[in-house]
Amino acid sequence: MALSGIQIYKMLPQTNCKECGFATCLAFAMKLAAKQAELDGCPYVTEESKAALAESATPPIRLVTLKGKAGEAKAGNEVVLFRHEKTFYNRPGVFIRVLDTEDDEVIENKVRTGSSYSVDYVGMELRIDGFAVEAASGDRTRLATVVEALRASTGLPLILVGSDPAVLSGGLDKLEGEAPLIMGADTSNWEAMADLAAGRGAALGIRGGSIEELAQLSEKIKEKGVEDLVLYPAVDSMSASLALNTQIRRLALKNFRPLGYPTIAFAAASGDQGRESLMAAQAICKYAGFVVIDTFAPELIYPLLVLRENIFTDPQKPIQVLPALYEINSPGRSDPVLVTTNFSITYFSVANEVEGAGLPAWLLVTDAEGMSVLTAWAAGKFDAESIAKAVKQFGVADKVDQKWIVLPGHTAVLSGELEEELPDWVIKVGPREAVDLPGYMRQVLN
Amino acid sequence: MPVEIPKDSWPGSVNTVTLGATGDQGGSRTSTVTIGGEQSLPFMHFENPTPHRPVIAMEVAAARPADWSAVLLEAWGSTLDDPAVWARACEDAGADLIVLQFGLKGSDDGPVSAEFAVEVVKEVMDSTGLPLVVLGPGQAEIDNSILVPIADATKGERIVLGLCEEGNYRTIVAAAMANDHLVLGKTPMDVNLAKQLNILMTDMGLPLDRIVMDPTTGALGYGIEYGYSVMERLRLAALQGDAMTQLPMLVTPGVETWKTKESKVGAGIPDEWGEWAERGVNWETLTAVALIEAGADVVVLRHPQSLVRVRAAIAELTASETA
Ligand code: B12
Ligand code: SF4
Repeated sequence: MALSGIQIYKMLPQTNCKECGFATCLAFAMKLAAKQAELDGCPYVTEESKAALAESATPPIRLVTLKGKAGEAKAGNEVVLFRHEKTFYNRPGVFIRVLDTEDDEVIENKVRTGSSYSVDYVGMELRIDGFAVEAASGDRTRLATVVEALRASTGLPLILVGSDPAVLSGGLDKLEGEAPLIMGADTSNWEAMADLAAGRGAALGIRGGSIEELAQLSEKIKEKGVEDLVLYPAVDSMSASLALNTQIRRLALKNFRPLGYPTIAFAAASGDQGRESLMAAQAICKYAGFVVIDTFAPELIYPLLVLRENIFTDPQKPIQVLPALYEINSPGRSDPVLVTTNFSITYFSVANEVEGAGLPAWLLVTDAEGMSVLTAWAAGKFDAESIAKAVKQFGVADKVDQKWIVLPGHTAVLSGELEEELPDWVIKVGPREAVDLPGYMRQVLN
Repeated sequence: MPVEIPKDSWPGSVNTVTLGATGDQGGSRTSTVTIGGEQSLPFMHFENPTPHRPVIAMEVAAARPADWSAVLLEAWGSTLDDPAVWARACEDAGADLIVLQFGLKGSDDGPVSAEFAVEVVKEVMDSTGLPLVVLGPGQAEIDNSILVPIADATKGERIVLGLCEEGNYRTIVAAAMANDHLVLGKTPMDVNLAKQLNILMTDMGLPLDRIVMDPTTGALGYGIEYGYSVMERLRLAALQGDAMTQLPMLVTPGVETWKTKESKVGAGIPDEWGEWAERGVNWETLTAVALIEAGADVVVLRHPQSLVRVRAAIAELTASETA
């Protein structure tokens, strides 16, 4: 747990010698607490205080980074239980599982489509983070072959799943210079697994059915020198998984070090896609650092990645685009001007629609402090005055001869006032939803 | 290594609210639904049991919906032409509740009228034994003009009438009080606005165990993050003992998700969006389950497949109670 300025002050020499560049030790302590100064700034701190302060500066949940040939997946470093308290930082990595007992073509196909998958969500490219290879064959050579084949088509980080260190080492042979996750250690094999992870620079997953089991194993493994650990609360039901993940997060935030690691969830659910999708959704909302699923289906991956994006956005800052006059499909002097707000979801809903339909238009984005059309309207941030102001600010009148301006259908009420604000313009009311814009543009604006 | 599991012990709890009344209770429902009563955050069974599982309401439109996604039209088929048949189908599919939604149109495309509304409610009540939530089209005057006669015609049924918003709650609350009904209060995603409306409604004398609140939600990809956090905050406030936030929460992932492009449109969209119908169901179920994890007591859904999946998830989340 982070220390307060006063707590840090008690560990400083309290001589106010000013060598750190601050007037008093207390002032320096306050800066340290706010993470605006480094402890090195004071030459006189005792070794004992240094150790205590370093301990308190370590994040409650260790940051674990898996590295592939191309790409990384980070988990940990979270500091709150609820996103409104601050924010959640590291989006849980979504990994697709393949079994080494599956046919080569099946694996190859899943890996190729999975690793090249990318979907646009409000201007962001969303992707999966890697693959989990399960050593279901129990055969070292087979696992090695499959991992090698995988590496021919993807550089994304890998998780190797199995309980026999000798088998897993076959896969690790093919991942030199990377930091994969080995999944994992349990009460029966933890020593050999810890040696394997330590020798290969891999992170190690710990499998346990209870808090005690996980904490005990993590302590023992840490003593063997492996620090990049990931906890797998291995329970069957959604409720047990929710409970364990919550308990781990709570204890970690109370600085209980044995559980201060990210967790992994296996949503793979033997062919029941509905259940799998909801287990993965729960894992994303409630604290998993990595989520493994079986099904690679765009109609499932896309909503999961969007959910992850939503839960991991900073609640203090709506995602915004810059207010400006945007050109869509090279508009000319007789193309219409569409007005909207600068909430990024709003902007992209409209821009994608018009762009996708191949219709040229000017898109005037007003400064609505990142609010959606109706929210901004209700908050008084999107009105005739602010639209007229944007028209002037971005010199819209100089760009067009045919002065047609189209309002979002939800704000039809603004048209009267806007006519007064912009007397030389023709004010039109568009459809309510952006989906209907292309049809409207083709029919009404021609 | 013995580890002490941190348990929250909260001073407050969520109100217990019963929807619907059976024959003995002065109504005609064959079952009632009880929600709320939580003394812990959702499904923290190691602290307290979940007294009543979250329930699933299915939305039934009083007149055939004009703007529903083709995926929904296909799933329900001709059922959509008759709200009584549709409600029955929802009951057969395993719904706990019916949300009967009135629009601006009545029969034969004319404007919705009190006679039409009362008749539809009666038909629906004849065809299903489930408790009902009855919602007006969301325009204060029209809402009042149909909800008051509906309340009068169904005295004692413990129907949930809505929506009560800041502008129109008085008439609806009065109608509910006079006829032993409940109300649904709706506020736009804001903890203080929700509290304020609850204060206004209880000031009229309506007991807290007859109010359900809809804190408003957004769809996955279109604002769910706001609704999710407002619900978490409302539930934390309730457990901390703030009486005006201790109402069970109803949210509408069905309405919200089925108007998004992802659920509505099947052609001319990127390949990366995948298969249409399954995408629409995922959009609805992922939104619903995220909101259930945030504290929803009632989720209102539209697709029959979503009902099946969300019900299975709820069963799993509440499982340790029955074991
Ligand atoms: C998320 C949300 C919020 C978030 C803000 C998110 C944000 N960054 O904007 C928060 C929680 C902060 C919020 C706050 C408020 N909100 Co609010 N909010 C919503 C919610 C749930 C979703 C909005 C959203 O993101 N929509 C998605 C975007 C993409 O929609 P959109 O911008 O409208 O764009 C669509 C169309 O308009 C169209 N379109 C857009 N541009 C254009 C342009 C043209 C030319 C055309 C043709 C079409 C078009 O295409 C888009 C896609 O179809 C809605 C309810 C709902 N479910 O819709 C309420 C809602 C908008 N909020 C509302 C209110 C009242 C408020 C508050 C005033 C409440 C309060 N008193 O505090 C505050 C205002 C903020 C403030 N005081 O600072 C009301 C507005 C009521 C009304 N009709 O006036 C709504 C409708 C809820 C309700 N039913 O009561 N809100
Ligand atoms: S250098 Fe160290 S001892 Fe001197 S004022 Fe700064 S904190 Fe205090």
